[in-house]
Amino acid sequence: MSAANKPKAGRQATAALGANNAATPAKVPAIELKGISKAFGTVQANKDIAIRVMPGTIHGIIGENGAGKSTLMSILYGFYKADKGEIWIKGQRTQIPDSQAAISAGIGMVFQHFKLVQNFTVLENIILGAEEGALLRPSLAKARKELKRLAEEYELNVDPDELIDELSVGHQQRVEILKALYRQADILILDEPTGVLTPDEADHLFRILDFLRKEGKTIILITHKLREIMEITDTVSVMRRGEMTATVTTSETSPEQLAELMVGRKVLLNVTKTKANPGATVLEVEDLRVRDEDKVERLKGISLNIRAGEILGIAGVAGNGQSELLKVLGGFANGTGTIRIKGEEIDLTGKHSDGQSRRARGIAHVPEDRHHLGLILDFMAWENMIFGYHTEAAYQKNALVMDNAGIIAHTASAMERFDVRPPIPTLPAKSFSGGNQQKIVLAREIERDPVLLLVGQPTRGVDIGAIEFIHKRIVELRDQGAAILLVSVELDEIFALSDRIAVMFDGQIMGERLPENTDEKELGLMMAGVAT
Amino acid sequence: MEKTPKWIDVGLIPLLNLLIAFVISGIVVLLIGENPVQAIKVMVDGALGSPYGWGYTLFYATNFIFTGLAVAVAYHASQFNIGGEGQATLGGLGVALVCLAFPWPHWSIALLAAMIGGAVFGAAWAAIPAYLQAKRGSHIVITTIMFNFIGASLLNYMLVNVLRPRGSMDPATARFANSTHLPTFHDMPLIGQFFGKSVPANISFFIAVLACFLVWGLIWRTKLGYAIRAFGRSESAARYAGISPVKIVMAAMLISGGLAGLMAINNVMGTGHRLVLNSVEGAGFIGIAVALMGRNHPFGVFLAALLFGFLYQGGGELALETTIPRELITVIQALVILFTGAFDNMLRAPIESFFVARAKANKEA
Amino acid sequence: MDFATIIELLDSAVRLGTPLLLACLAGLFSERAGIFDIGLEGKMLMAAFFSGAVAAMTGSAWLGLLAGIGGAMSLALIHGLASITFRGNQLISGVAVNFLASGFTVLIAQSWFQQGGRTPQLSGNARFEPITLPGADAVKDVPVIGQIYSNLLSGHTILVYVAFAMVPLTWWVLFRTRFGLRLRAVGENPESVDTAGVSVIRLRYTAVAITGVLSGLAGTYLATGLAAGFVKEMTAGRGFIALAALIFAKWRPVPALGATMLFGLLEAISNRYPNIDLGVVNLPIQFMQAVPYILTVVILAGFIGKAIPPRAGGQPYVKER
Repeated sequence: MSAANKPKAGRQATAALGANNAATPAKVPAIELKGISKAFGTVQANKDIAIRVMPGTIHGIIGENGAGKSTLMSILYGFYKADKGEIWIKGQRTQIPDSQAAISAGIGMVFQHFKLVQNFTVLENIILGAEEGALLRPSLAKARKELKRLAEEYELNVDPDELIDELSVGHQQRVEILKALYRQADILILDEPTGVLTPDEADHLFRILDFLRKEGKTIILITHKLREIMEITDTVSVMRRGEMTATVTTSETSPEQLAELMVGRKVLLNVTKTKANPGATVLEVEDLRVRDEDKVERLKGISLNIRAGEILGIAGVAGNGQSELLKVLGGFANGTGTIRIKGEEIDLTGKHSDGQSRRARGIAHVPEDRHHLGLILDFMAWENMIFGYHTEAAYQKNALVMDNAGIIAHTASAMERFDVRPPIPTLPAKSFSGGNQQKIVLAREIERDPVLLLVGQPTRGVDIGAIEFIHKRIVELRDQGAAILLVSVELDEIFALSDRIAVMFDGQIMGERLPENTDEKELGLMMAGVAT
Repeated sequence: MEKTPKWIDVGLIPLLNLLIAFVISGIVVLLIGENPVQAIKVMVDGALGSPYGWGYTLFYATNFIFTGLAVAVAYHASQFNIGGEGQATLGGLGVALVCLAFPWPHWSIALLAAMIGGAVFGAAWAAIPAYLQAKRGSHIVITTIMFNFIGASLLNYMLVNVLRPRGSMDPATARFANSTHLPTFHDMPLIGQFFGKSVPANISFFIAVLACFLVWGLIWRTKLGYAIRAFGRSESAARYAGISPVKIVMAAMLISGGLAGLMAINNVMGTGHRLVLNSVEGAGFIGIAVALMGRNHPFGVFLAALLFGFLYQGGGELALETTIPRELITVIQALVILFTGAFDNMLRAPIESFFVARAKANKEA
Repeated sequence: MDFATIIELLDSAVRLGTPLLLACLAGLFSERAGIFDIGLEGKMLMAAFFSGAVAAMTGSAWLGLLAGIGGAMSLALIHGLASITFRGNQLISGVAVNFLASGFTVLIAQSWFQQGGRTPQLSGNARFEPITLPGADAVKDVPVIGQIYSNLLSGHTILVYVAFAMVPLTWWVLFRTRFGLRLRAVGENPESVDTAGVSVIRLRYTAVAITGVLSGLAGTYLATGLAAGFVKEMTAGRGFIALAALIFAKWRPVPALGATMLFGLLEAISNRYPNIDLGVVNLPIQFMQAVPYILTVVILAGFIGKAIPPRAGGQPYVKER
């Protein structure tokens, strides 16, 4: 994204601001957290966290998924109550039992998933909870005026009478920011704000944040993207497994150092793999187009092919059509265009466009979201081990009933082979850790020797030990001659596994590269849609 | 993630909820100036104290097994079928049409045909709401409620305008031929000697028990049952697996409606020997309480149906022997639905956190 | 059909439509706040009994009204407890509420009055008497306008006028006040309300309480206005017709008036003409009785404009982890 675009400019701006801060006399921190701890059941989400954020700065909080960033901010916004610890706002010890208290303390929050009423107008959303009196008319008039002022001041243009339903995601986010500003927040927390934005929208957001900083507002930016931290923040805290591992000045650190702090070791994904020895073409995709429920085109004419014994990695910022590509190939979204498996065309709509017929063609699919797609969390491991293949003859005792005992035995041995812990087939899927859940899915999909394996975000939310195991298995499958389509938002993973890399942006393929002939910077430009 | 022991989920919590429902009912009895202990005694004597009582208790239980299973099967596909009443009503129509259509040579043949008739009519009455839910997203709870009323009107029309024998003032069909009468417990070998002639429990009870086994097998042993449960737990995952939501909703609701419709072999063919208005007498709704109480497991449904059979028969006795109207049973039924269904978290949350905490303490110790 | 008959039919439609209208608006508040309510029937029945019983005992329709509201309110609170506090299944709770009312009213009626589950006949001040609007008698003979005024608009009980006044009032509260904005928001996206620092729980309980008051009025009108006392199961499915009307009206107050009056008219017609011969087909009374339900299914199926319920409807609010 834009960081890759102009990383130097970003850092220079940061440095200049750091100098400004030094020039003004010592101030009280806008926010200070001391010893915050929070546990959910047996999971320690936050452990003895301390932060100081000075007014007029942007402070980044970075960490992997599940590191405890969002929990910490929810505590600050009164959504959860900390088990231990103190919150100080502008030098005052403050209790934040609910969101109302947070708002009164001048804190505004822009959640990752917006908290907007979809069929209300922008104006109605802005005043909700901050009305002037029992009647709406005066509040609406006042908000309209205020909105106009804010729009001019911060480039926050939105039509006040538009329904949220009709707005783009970027504009919806502006409404969230406006909501906070309307409540006169001078501390603004943004949780993964760019996850849903196009690069253009993200750039615009950073411009707005810069304006706000100049106005003296304090901003906390939660993200797991190193680029954003480097581009916009003044200081940054790193979280790992519920703990704050370091707080540094952005200008004095490097992405490499931050990455190491995030994962607790050098992020070197070294997968031992030999050079691919690709065979005949397995998957051919021509001019594939997909529209979502709102008739928005999500895939705009994708063409690609994968040969046997080859891994094609699809890189890209989340939400640029990768999910739709997997869904169409996996048979649970309709599309137009042509898809051929080993030269035979497959149905993209109608009766034979479902997961069952895809599996019959030898397409296996490790989906991006194992909780909502890949597994039934309430089902036991053995029931999940045949999910999607439950109609196969091998799992039936006779024409009427399934061979449950046989399936359980099969599951036990598969769990052994894939090192699923604990190896108990009768345990519900929800009782396993993320990595072990993923291994169950992987075992199910890989052990059928598929012709084509679709795999999305194979190591999301998976512990490090399991990552290596999963990567190894994917490469092994390739060496057995399967064609593999890998979708990942982690560039490291793409580089570690792919034999070829295609970059997706805005529903299109921007171009293809060989991993040995490219680098993160070039791919970053392609992912931002500025290079092909 | 810690787990609470299974016996708490399927045993302790339902029993505690039942206990609360009974205690509150007891208080209501006290409030209307009667003695709850005496009331229980009358109910137990009336429902379980004699073969006569048992004959009625098991007769009612037969109805409730069918309607309870109907609710349970739909529930596994995450469909709340509140239309058992209407489906059972239409089932009655199906059974009556079959019984009247043909001079059946023997009850066994008539029973088979009537089962098909009842199940098909019941399933048909569930089919439209199911189709609208599956294809057009119309909320199945509301549509099945509406179909209960439409079904009542339809039956009313059929009985008054079509099926009423000439000259009869009753909105009812003609009597079925004797050859369609099902054997009651009195007619059966071995057990027949214990039961009197007037006992309504009949062979349908054993068909209901058989239905419990079949439903159990369907849900936990077949591909279709697997798909139904998968869809019921996670629609998005089911789509990923290639399980068709339309097929599952249709299949589950047709089976559900069919089971509700089957009830008519008991109340219409087994005892009434003709179809009257309101022959279902709320059994379709009691099925909701039965399924909730039985946690949607056929064995649980069986036990809960026995309980409600006892309540229903005991309640009838209560109305005869005391001044307590039989509507006390409706109150108990409401309280069972309320506590085992809607207030489930009231006990569950504290009990589960108690056991999780204890398990944690044990682990640490 | 002459004009006087039409007026009579419409007058009857107003009287039969009024309990539907009150119950429909009752449901509107609850469902707009995200609490599905299939227990309107039970709340009406409870109100009908308590209003009838207390009116019979005290001879005051007004005290009956209070008792009726109290009865409906107690069930509304049970529903609130189940749906809001215990985060239970709102549909199951609604079913329970209906049965609770159905059993409880007969039980208590039998215990208090020993008349087979009914209350004594109400008369005089124990009923809400028709109000003659000013000048209604004077203009009675003026054609059309006078007839409409004196025979259709005049001569209803206070509760009918209250019900009609509730329509613009509900609209105003919903779309012109802070409370209405928050109420609609909590039914669409409770998180938006929670993050704005407003209590979801309090809002929803308030909505459920309003539902209690309005369904209390509906039930009271049944027992003390439309009829002269409580009879077992006297709601006879009206709570469900009101629910049907609510869906038909797509959860909006003014269309709710139209839907309930239409359903009231259908009932009035089928009361007056058991069989309607249209020449080609003969519509039996049973068909007329089923029309509201059939219409609702058609609406739900989306063949004439889709009825989209409030988005958060039916789901208990749990803060996300």
